[in-house]
Amino acid sequence: MRDVAVVGFAQRQMPQFDGSPTCVELLVPVFKELYEQTGWTRKDVGFWCSGSSDYLAGRSFSFVQAVDAIGVIPPVNESHVEMDLAWAMYEAWIKIQTGEVDTALVYAFGKSSAGVLRRTLALQLEPYTMTPLWPDTVSLAGLQARAGIDAGLWDERAMAEVANRSLTDAEKNEYAIRKGGSSVEELLARPMYADPLRKHDCSPVTDGVAAIVLAAGDKAREVRERPAWLTGIAHNVDPMGMGRDLTRSPSAQRAGAALDLDGVEVAELHAPFSHQELILRRELGLGDDVAINPSGGALASNPMFSGGGIRVGEAAKKIWSGEADKVLAHATSGPALQQNLVCTLEGTL
Amino acid sequence: MSRTLQAPVTVAFDYTRSTGPVIGRFFSGLRDGVVVGGRTSAGDVVVPPLEFDPVTHEATTDFVEVSSVGTVTSWTWVPEPVKAQPFDRPFAFALVTLDGADVPMLHALDVASPEDVSTGMRVRVRWAPERIGAITDIECFEPLAPGEAEAQPLVEVRASASLETKEDDVTGVITTVSLDYNYAASPEESLFYRGLNEGRIMGQVCPTCQKVYVPPRSACPADGTPTAEEVELSQTGTITTFCIVNVPFLGQKITPPYVSAYVLLDGADIAVLHLILGVPADEVRMGMRVKAVWKPKDEWAYSLENIDHFAPTGDPDADFDTYKQHL
Amino acid sequence: MGKQPAAVIGIGQTHHRAQRKDVSMAGLCREAIDRALLDANLTLDDIDAIVVGKAPDLFEGVMMPELFLAEALGAAGKPLLRVHTAGSVGGSTAIVASSLVQAGVHKRVLTVAYEKQSESNAMWALSVPLPFNMPVHAGAGGYFAPHVRSYIRRSQAPTHIGAIVAAKDRNNALKNPYAHLHNEGTTVESVLASQMLWDPIRYDETCPSSDGACALVIVDEDTAKSSPNPAWIHGTVMRSEATSAAERDQVNPQAGRDAAAALWKQTGITNPIEEIDCAEIYVPFSWFEPMWIENLGFTAEGDGWKLTESGETAIGGKLPINMSGGVLSSNPIGASGMLRFGEAALQVRGAAGEHQVDGARRALGHAYGGGSQFFAMWVVGSEKPTN
Repeated sequence: MRDVAVVGFAQRQMPQFDGSPTCVELLVPVFKELYEQTGWTRKDVGFWCSGSSDYLAGRSFSFVQAVDAIGVIPPVNESHVEMDLAWAMYEAWIKIQTGEVDTALVYAFGKSSAGVLRRTLALQLEPYTMTPLWPDTVSLAGLQARAGIDAGLWDERAMAEVANRSLTDAEKNEYAIRKGGSSVEELLARPMYADPLRKHDCSPVTDGVAAIVLAAGDKAREVRERPAWLTGIAHNVDPMGMGRDLTRSPSAQRAGAALDLDGVEVAELHAPFSHQELILRRELGLGDDVAINPSGGALASNPMFSGGGIRVGEAAKKIWSGEADKVLAHATSGPALQQNLVCTLEGTL
Repeated sequence: MSRTLQAPVTVAFDYTRSTGPVIGRFFSGLRDGVVVGGRTSAGDVVVPPLEFDPVTHEATTDFVEVSSVGTVTSWTWVPEPVKAQPFDRPFAFALVTLDGADVPMLHALDVASPEDVSTGMRVRVRWAPERIGAITDIECFEPLAPGEAEAQPLVEVRASASLETKEDDVTGVITTVSLDYNYAASPEESLFYRGLNEGRIMGQVCPTCQKVYVPPRSACPADGTPTAEEVELSQTGTITTFCIVNVPFLGQKITPPYVSAYVLLDGADIAVLHLILGVPADEVRMGMRVKAVWKPKDEWAYSLENIDHFAPTGDPDADFDTYKQHL
Repeated sequence: MGKQPAAVIGIGQTHHRAQRKDVSMAGLCREAIDRALLDANLTLDDIDAIVVGKAPDLFEGVMMPELFLAEALGAAGKPLLRVHTAGSVGGSTAIVASSLVQAGVHKRVLTVAYEKQSESNAMWALSVPLPFNMPVHAGAGGYFAPHVRSYIRRSQAPTHIGAIVAAKDRNNALKNPYAHLHNEGTTVESVLASQMLWDPIRYDETCPSSDGACALVIVDEDTAKSSPNPAWIHGTVMRSEATSAAERDQVNPQAGRDAAAALWKQTGITNPIEEIDCAEIYVPFSWFEPMWIENLGFTAEGDGWKLTESGETAIGGKLPINMSGGVLSSNPIGASGMLRFGEAALQVRGAAGEHQVDGARRALGHAYGGGSQFFAMWVVGSEKPTN
């Protein structure tokens, strides 16, 4: 395989973006920031791939206008996935592996606040027997959280510990839209929302965009002294049916098992609900010595369709800065951790 | 003044779903007041039945009837129901394993408060008053009445032979998908629509390539630069190309035949699409000179529809060479 | 490091119809998948990864339907990708699936693209009314008709060229048992006599709205050895540009020209019309045949219609185009591009049945989408590529 690294990352996150659902206005400054990080122009990018959803925007072909932000004369080698940024990055990584290109810029956007997000996401469900009941995202996560509590795998305290650590760490993240930890006791004293979930157990509705730059070999070394080398990347999916064991995420386990996770110091896990971090830690076999979500994670902000990719970007920053030598990033999609992607980033090859 | 123009929009359609034989069998059962599961190759009874076996990948053909009574295996409280959920007041979603089934199914559970639910509690199907062959034929689950748990006889699981395909099996279901959005125009589009509300057609210039865009753009598609310097465009222009619409379509506001045309306003570098009226459709030509005809001012809004149509000016046609690069 | 060789060894498609009320979405996809796997002599258990493609989710009213379909498609426990690049998606999806093999990451990849358009209404889904905007277009036909008029003006083509294409494709479809339209007795005259819908486009010059799916099994060199007739992938290209831009050429878009030039370069083809034996190109409205002939570089600009008029694009001609009947005869939008790619592969495998072009050894598959702005193409051949 070719050596490919994450060499650029930029993001914008906010509770409510007042602009267009294609977020072109946010993508333009994000691309500019990436050209500054890399010293490139758009013509140095060999492949572009974006991630977004028409249903978030409420219109067909919402990604079509987004290519304007690139500036597409001359035309570009470009693709789009109806998936999170992390999977757009996967397609780009594959493209680089074929040898066709050496560089890629991947981006994603989503204006979650345009609709009622937890209701919109009911359209992701099996359309014959599930969607007509409009099970919202929070309810499905609640069923999963309860299953684990009943099975004795975690409790409300463990969930509150995740939330408290995330909100405390988020104080250092300028992009986090919910931040400020207190104590586990204080969080537990807050009222129940969707029993067994309290509001801080659920990620806030977030609008935003994010973009990642990949480069192979020397191209990566030209951009950064310490590129974040993608030493492993794998993804997997589970059946959707709620009849499965909701306390497990076999697809996350499989994706992790395909990689060498020994020596991971930091893990950025895409867990939109507090208990999902606990599931992921178990499925990926992450011990107590691994720092989880120093960025604050998805409980601090979770822009749809870039929330997973942002985990990759945040993890890469730890490599660039030299704070860590091996980190893990994870992205999820679908209800109750149905689809998962895991990658490792390292400072040395 | 807010930075951008915003307005609500509802995206709604009644989807006509064909169910295929497996979901159709399940829905037929619901319509007839029975819950039908499918047996997998591993021997598990799954409700609703899986269309294809998870191991052999063959279509499910082994159907069994299960009880309408079962046990809650997980639940969550829904304090603020969203539109079209089974109840518009707080309720629970629950996973319920029906007697005779091996895995739980999802549905609403009608209880007054979280204190009235617990994992392991026994519940039964509450059937909808009218059943049509849809998941909503089950109105919800409800707790068994005190003492009812023991009295309720477990329905004997019937063999598949008794569940043959029938003439009147459900083959389709209509699902309404209606989503409410708050649509926002970009700042550049907002400038354009605000201009129209004042009877002006506003464009902007791309600072990189100097092209005049109407409407202005958050990113010039050629180079990715937001358009900037404002320019008011002429209300006269040239038809570059057009089509004569002879077909009716959903949401159409004008009776066919009519002409939709690209109009290159004088001073602009990109054409806008609009209607041509005031001339028989078969007399519209490429190169024809046209001018904006506005609706009465009291009908104006933030919309391109303020311009009712474009009509011929009567001037000589523009030479092909003057607009051929805009095709 | 170059691309690993990859080949198509399984091709499956549904019987395309206006309404496939007999199947669910999963059933529709599995019909195509099961045929492709049978063709490849593989089972779902042999597959390493699955790539799903379809056009807008509003068509079926399911957001990211690959998630609920995962288990039925045999993807549970495997990597699953979902591509969406507008009308070109069927082609782009096949290209993404090939790249998984060409990258050396997977050995046996299944890709499926579908659309079940009868679940809603395509014209509605493509033009949901937006605040402030003005509905002027009347669906895709209304969008493309002005550009067809521009082509006719620029090329000075006789006005019956579109009818020649429509009559040819509809007659080709009679040889294809999977085609949606089987309109016996279609002639240039009958097409010209059909109703003018979006002048200059007549009813018989438009594509139908179909339910349908297409699946391909794409494998590495080792696995391909087990196939008697693999279709080797010689080159793949994707190019995108904007829907609208100042002075953008909407008749002969640069993205299409650039894509074709890159494809011919990749495949070592210097004279496409001589070196390509047949082409399956995305022609949803008849006039796009001569437009794309020029865009692809098969003729000089302005001469595409002459090739069509000469009859050389019929089966048996110099460059047969749309042997399957094309998009004009079957159009499950999300699958339409993959059907083009699949037909090209069928031809070089000698497996196209009644619509086989004798001795086809190298074929082009082509798809486009959006406002003639997204292009996906591949060249497949009966021989393993040497480049």
